[in-house]
Amino acid sequence: MDILRNLASFLADSVRLVLRGNRAYRIWVAFLLILMAAGGLAYANQLRHGLIATHMRDQVSWGFYIGNFTFLVGVAAAAIMLVIPAYVYDWEPIKEITILGEMLAIAALVMCLGFVMVDIGRPDRFWHIMPLVGRLNWPQSMLAWDVLVLNAYLLLNWFVVTYLLYCAYTGKHYIKKLVLPLVLLSIPMAVSIHTVTAYLYNGLAARPFWNSAILAPKFLASAFCSGPAILLILLQILRKTTPLRIKDEAIFKVAELMAYTMGFNLFLTAAEAFKEFYSNTEHVVFSQYLYFGLKGHTTLVPYAWASVACGLAAFLLFLIPKTRTNWVTLNLGCLLIYSSVYIEKGMGLIIPGLTPDALGEIYEYRPSTTEIFVAAGIFATGFLVFTLMLKAAVPIMLGQHTMSRGSLPSGEAGDPIP
Amino acid sequence: MTETRDPRSTGSTAGCEGCGADGSGTSRRAFLGTAVAAVAGALVGCGNDHVEDFLQHNFRELSKAEVEEMIARLEREYKAQFGREVHVGHEPPLPGVIFGYALDLSRCIGCRRCVHACVQENNQSRDPQIQWIRVLQLDKEEGVDLRHADQYYDPPEVPEEGHFYMPVQCQQCKKPPCVKACPVGATWREKDGIVVVDYNWCIGCRYCMAACPYGARHFNWGEPHLPVEDLNPDTHLLGNRPRPKGVVEKCTFCIQRTRKGRYPACVEICPTGSRKFGNLLDPKSEIRYVLENKRVFKFKEDLNTQPNFFYFYGV
Ligand code: SF4
Ligand code: SF4
Repeated sequence: MDILRNLASFLADSVRLVLRGNRAYRIWVAFLLILMAAGGLAYANQLRHGLIATHMRDQVSWGFYIGNFTFLVGVAAAAIMLVIPAYVYDWEPIKEITILGEMLAIAALVMCLGFVMVDIGRPDRFWHIMPLVGRLNWPQSMLAWDVLVLNAYLLLNWFVVTYLLYCAYTGKHYIKKLVLPLVLLSIPMAVSIHTVTAYLYNGLAARPFWNSAILAPKFLASAFCSGPAILLILLQILRKTTPLRIKDEAIFKVAELMAYTMGFNLFLTAAEAFKEFYSNTEHVVFSQYLYFGLKGHTTLVPYAWASVACGLAAFLLFLIPKTRTNWVTLNLGCLLIYSSVYIEKGMGLIIPGLTPDALGEIYEYRPSTTEIFVAAGIFATGFLVFTLMLKAAVPIMLGQHTMSRGSLPSGEAGDPIP
Repeated sequence: MTETRDPRSTGSTAGCEGCGADGSGTSRRAFLGTAVAAVAGALVGCGNDHVEDFLQHNFRELSKAEVEEMIARLEREYKAQFGREVHVGHEPPLPGVIFGYALDLSRCIGCRRCVHACVQENNQSRDPQIQWIRVLQLDKEEGVDLRHADQYYDPPEVPEEGHFYMPVQCQQCKKPPCVKACPVGATWREKDGIVVVDYNWCIGCRYCMAACPYGARHFNWGEPHLPVEDLNPDTHLLGNRPRPKGVVEKCTFCIQRTRKGRYPACVEICPTGSRKFGNLLDPKSEIRYVLENKRVFKFKEDLNTQPNFFYFYGV
């Protein structure tokens, strides 16, 4: 009974924390809500007319939505980048970052599920894909696997974060015997969500561009570049806007780890390019379309090279200790690597996989306005989820807001806690 | 689309010894159930149909009675939609039959009559246009090389000098990657080798389309439009019944015809007799004759999809 009462007050307090905020916070939330509304309208239009409101067609049957989905699975998986050093080496400064990383994973997963949801032609039949109620084609279908691991990973992260915060809130010490195995479990889980997502494409012999063994390792490598890049920027923002203390040392350490994964990612890209262009079989058409264009169709070419250039530049910035520890170049590097991976794992993966299509036809895909608005709405939803989680989590995490004391006077005046 | 006709060609489709027997027994039963359900439906009104549609389970999990209920409901819905009776059959696979198809590349002239016959027979959406058969124009010098394929050829007359034609439709793979891919089991291979889709179970994720090496699966991107006068009212539950928006569809070897011993529409229409169809298990069938006496190949053989659709050079 005690637990129930505590949980109720934990929830109520979290809601209260979320509802309060200064001007900047309210403007930010309002902005996200407007974007979500625009996305919602675009989605309503798509529901009415069908997926014909997008520019996907039989030739290129997956596009912007699935590209974003793939990229965000990588962001979600990258949470472990921060969990590994924190728990395995028992690093003190990085423990709070772990909670943030897991919250980032939750937000990314919410966006992933959103992108899957808007991509399917019959969202009204969503229950068909739910384990037990529907009919999951498991273990045959990689998509069935993906549904399972993504949801399991979401649940795991959600539980760990909630539990840790709840403990901080009630002022009890968390049970290490419970948390440690779960956090350790989240490491292979994170690897698995990304591996399974890679296998989703990898397993399709019909699409030679995807049917390459290098795909899963490359997914992991690039995820470990882009995920932490987002986090590094977030940490700096949080240091400024909240009393959260994050040591420089922790940020630089993450940056150093990123340099290695970036180098590895570039190496894998080069290995793949070598195989395609040197052996020069008929399967080279997909890489050709991506990097040089085919028969005058060159939509992707500037993006492909931008991705390579950004990846290289970011690698150098993170490799050299001087630029890595300089805030300007560090943040520039973060932006560069984020853009690089966003192109590479999004449109740069999906579109050339399907162009030319199975019968050699070239259909040049570009997202429609509807797709862009819907995507913006989903991103806004993810950011909102993350913002609200942060808003409640930071004061609790810092012990500023606990059950017995309510908010400390340093914050806004707290309501008395029942 | 071209409708180029070649006056030289004469239609010829040799008899098929392999597709005997028909499913009249089951269709009679289906018809009775249909009638009963139609009356019931009229009494209850159509309001429940949406709920029923929503709760409908995967075809393979339905009992006989449930299938009949489903058919009655669909027929009611089609009646309301088109103002015309539509018969929805559910003939099961014929025992001792696995269908095979062979296409003679040396005869095909690329006239696309099969494409249009298929659209008519199988109730494909006219707007947006869906075509289950895609005819590739290829270079004689290059052979079957997709880098030189053109689906949109439009000369005043076919065949064109220096080219040959290769129609591609679902190859009814023995190891269909589309079936493996589908996360909800909405598509499967029947005992007679036909790969079908449950249009009421498909969630429209299009993973099967990414998995199919032959571009054989087509998606209803928008609400399919089928003018009443173009409607073919003789349909099959897993075949040519009108489809809803947001689901995948594909060639079924004209399941509504072939399970009743008839030829697919494309075989019947082909003016050059390039298309051969029959029972692979019947040693006396024409398809077996082709396989045993002609040099055949399978499209994208290296992928080990093991099609029951063969290409050959007859002359
Ligand atoms: S051709 Fe394509 S749709 Fe037909 S069975 Fe093979 S993989 Fe499936
Ligand atoms: S589109 Fe339909 S048939 Fe194809 S994989 Fe998805 S659910 Fe299965």
